[in-house]
Amino acid sequence: MIPVNYYLILSGVLFSAGAVGVLIRRNSLVIFMSIELMLNAANLAFVAFAKMHSANPAVVHNGQIFVFFVMTVAAAEVAVGLALIVAIFRKKQSIDVDQLNQLKG
Amino acid sequence: METANLYFNLVPWIVYFPIIGLLLNLTIGKKLNENGIGAIAVSASAAAFVVAVLQAYSIGIHHEAVSVKVADWIHIGELALDWTFRVDTLSVTMMLVVSGVGTLIHIYAIGYMKEDVRFHHDEPRFRRFFVFLTLFITMMMVLVSGDSYMMLFVGWEGVGLSSFLLIGFWYDFDTLGRPSFANSNAAKKAFITNRVGDFGFLMAAFLMFWQFQSTNFDNVFAAVAHAEPWVILWITISLLVGVAGKSAQIPLYIWLPDAMAGPTPVSALIHAATMVTAGVYLVTRSAPIFTLSHDAQYITATVGALTALFAATIAVGQYDIKKVLAYSTISQLGFMVAAVGMGAFAAGMFHLITHAFFKALLFLSAGSVILGMERGHHHLAHHGHHGKGHEEVFDPGDMRNMGGLRKQMPVTFWLYMIGTVALAGLFPFAGFWSKDEILADAFHVFPHVYWVLSAAAFLTAFYMGRQVWMVFFGKPRHEVAHHAEESPLIMTAPLMVLAFLSLFGGALNLPGLHTLTSWLEHTIAIHPGEFNVQVALVSTVIALVAIFLSWLLYMKKPLEAGQPDPLKKMLGFVYTGMENKWFVDEGYKFLIIDRYTDLAKFFAQVVDWDFWHEWFHNSVIAAGFVWLTKFLANPIDLGIVDNISRVLAGSIQYSANNLRKLQNGFVRSYALSVMLGVVAIIGYLLIK
Repeated sequence: MIPVNYYLILSGVLFSAGAVGVLIRRNSLVIFMSIELMLNAANLAFVAFAKMHSANPAVVHNGQIFVFFVMTVAAAEVAVGLALIVAIFRKKQSIDVDQLNQLKG
Repeated sequence: METANLYFNLVPWIVYFPIIGLLLNLTIGKKLNENGIGAIAVSASAAAFVVAVLQAYSIGIHHEAVSVKVADWIHIGELALDWTFRVDTLSVTMMLVVSGVGTLIHIYAIGYMKEDVRFHHDEPRFRRFFVFLTLFITMMMVLVSGDSYMMLFVGWEGVGLSSFLLIGFWYDFDTLGRPSFANSNAAKKAFITNRVGDFGFLMAAFLMFWQFQSTNFDNVFAAVAHAEPWVILWITISLLVGVAGKSAQIPLYIWLPDAMAGPTPVSALIHAATMVTAGVYLVTRSAPIFTLSHDAQYITATVGALTALFAATIAVGQYDIKKVLAYSTISQLGFMVAAVGMGAFAAGMFHLITHAFFKALLFLSAGSVILGMERGHHHLAHHGHHGKGHEEVFDPGDMRNMGGLRKQMPVTFWLYMIGTVALAGLFPFAGFWSKDEILADAFHVFPHVYWVLSAAAFLTAFYMGRQVWMVFFGKPRHEVAHHAEESPLIMTAPLMVLAFLSLFGGALNLPGLHTLTSWLEHTIAIHPGEFNVQVALVSTVIALVAIFLSWLLYMKKPLEAGQPDPLKKMLGFVYTGMENKWFVDEGYKFLIIDRYTDLAKFFAQVVDWDFWHEWFHNSVIAAGFVWLTKFLANPIDLGIVDNISRVLAGSIQYSANNLRKLQNGFVRSYALSVMLGVVAIIGYLLIK
């Protein structure tokens, strides 16, 4: 059986990769995918912990239920986010986030 | 003793009835004619008289004083004042006199005012007269029926007010009907002089409350027995000041002659028969205080006696028919004050009652004479004397214009004669009994008062003789007197009642019977005066001699028109003094009014203008304010307040300039900050 630590390390690696992607990439579609990566890193951690505590009847399957919620929210987010990106593209003919600095103080 | 079957609980109606009458006249009187207004006023006064008679009947059975409380008035700390009516023999006597004489004068006034408002061409004022006259009855009733000095004071001020209103009744005319402020000035003079007296009254009331914690009669009289002599002396002296104001004694008598500016019924009711006797009533009511201080009695009696003589001398030198009677009133009030001053309370009250009868009779007859002359004047002006009658200012009250009126006005003549003889004090008229009781008492108590009063009695008989000879005998000295006309029955009928009372009023307190004395004895301790044949004879002789002298001077050779008074030649400058009221008004003007004006001018110019406006306002307030504003503007506002806000604004601008660089608009950098924040929080949680 693979120890739970390995899952957590993989989850951390995925999360960090997502975070770095969000921070350093300029293409908003890639940023969007990085966000998905971070969400799925979290999902992995949830499932790993759920498996770890599967012996405890009080919390059995809780982690998996959370993951379904996260996936649902992520799907909704994708719908909104993609619509936004389309709208931005129509306006700017670009999806480069460095072009979107009108909120500069 | 049982009071259930008696009428004491009706006593408040003695005030309610006149109030109802005056309210009726005030509200619906406008729609009534003159007879209706008069009828309401007369019934109000007559109803009060009926209540007074019921009270007299009740107190005649019960004898003891009865208090009837109507309402709470002032309750503060130890002060407990109520509207309480007091029925005792003294207050009932006053109630009877006031409402009885008042009713007769109300009747007379209907006839008098009907003509008076037509002479002044102002008929709507008829109603106002009766409202005021009934107000006077109301207030006089409060005065005589109150149970405490403060309630008495309410009436005291109320009658002063109605006196003021009625003296200035024709406030836009003078006594001859010309447009002028003369009457309203006379009203002011009366009111202001009375205020001086009221001050004394108030001082006395304050002293009583300070020393005895009460102004209720019974409480004060009970406490006064243990009071220190100085308290008693000052209370009595202060009361005497009040008496001098209201009852026209030296030195405050000066308002009463001017008060003749009011219509004649007013002169008769207020300034002869009732209101001016309030002072005599006050001393009688305060008998338990006055009898404790020999000094107070001495001073009061002396003031009264001097007033009696002084006013009588002035009366000799007057030409106006009402002015003679006015000074005569002052003089007779002097008799009363002297009497009650020396403790002869019954004699004083007796003279008060008889004087109310015969002086009201004299005044009302004088009013009848004046109206008779006015009618003559009117008659002349409309029958072929147009030019003359209108140009000349004719004084219907000047005795030098009269003469021989007994033929034109026979009824008035006989009534006037009865009043005159009663005032002169000849047997058996009312004045004889009351005056001699005073003289007899004075003879035993204060001999100097006796001599002064005897001299005053001599002058009284003399000036009344002079007046009668001048008005009714001899030949008319003016065309108008030829055409004078008699007054109607509504005026002469009340006079006949008064004449009857002047004739037989002496029966109230005949020597040996002492009806009035024993009646009043239930209320105040009095020693009945003894009839002194010697005194009575002397005073009768004095009066007869005086009348004979006046006959010699004014009847043997009747005055011709334009001829100066025969006394002028005989007495010289003394007569000039009498004629000019001994220049007392001028002296008061010089000593008090002018000095007061000087003081007022000094305050206005020096204190108010020079000191207050010029110096204090400009140099102190304005300059100080300018300096203060400069100080606040320059160092405080510009230096401190402005800099605080400047520093605040600058620091905010500076920090904003620096902080805005953080907001670069790149989502990525915001995300980085969020991540760094998360890392920091997690790091903190891990390290903790």
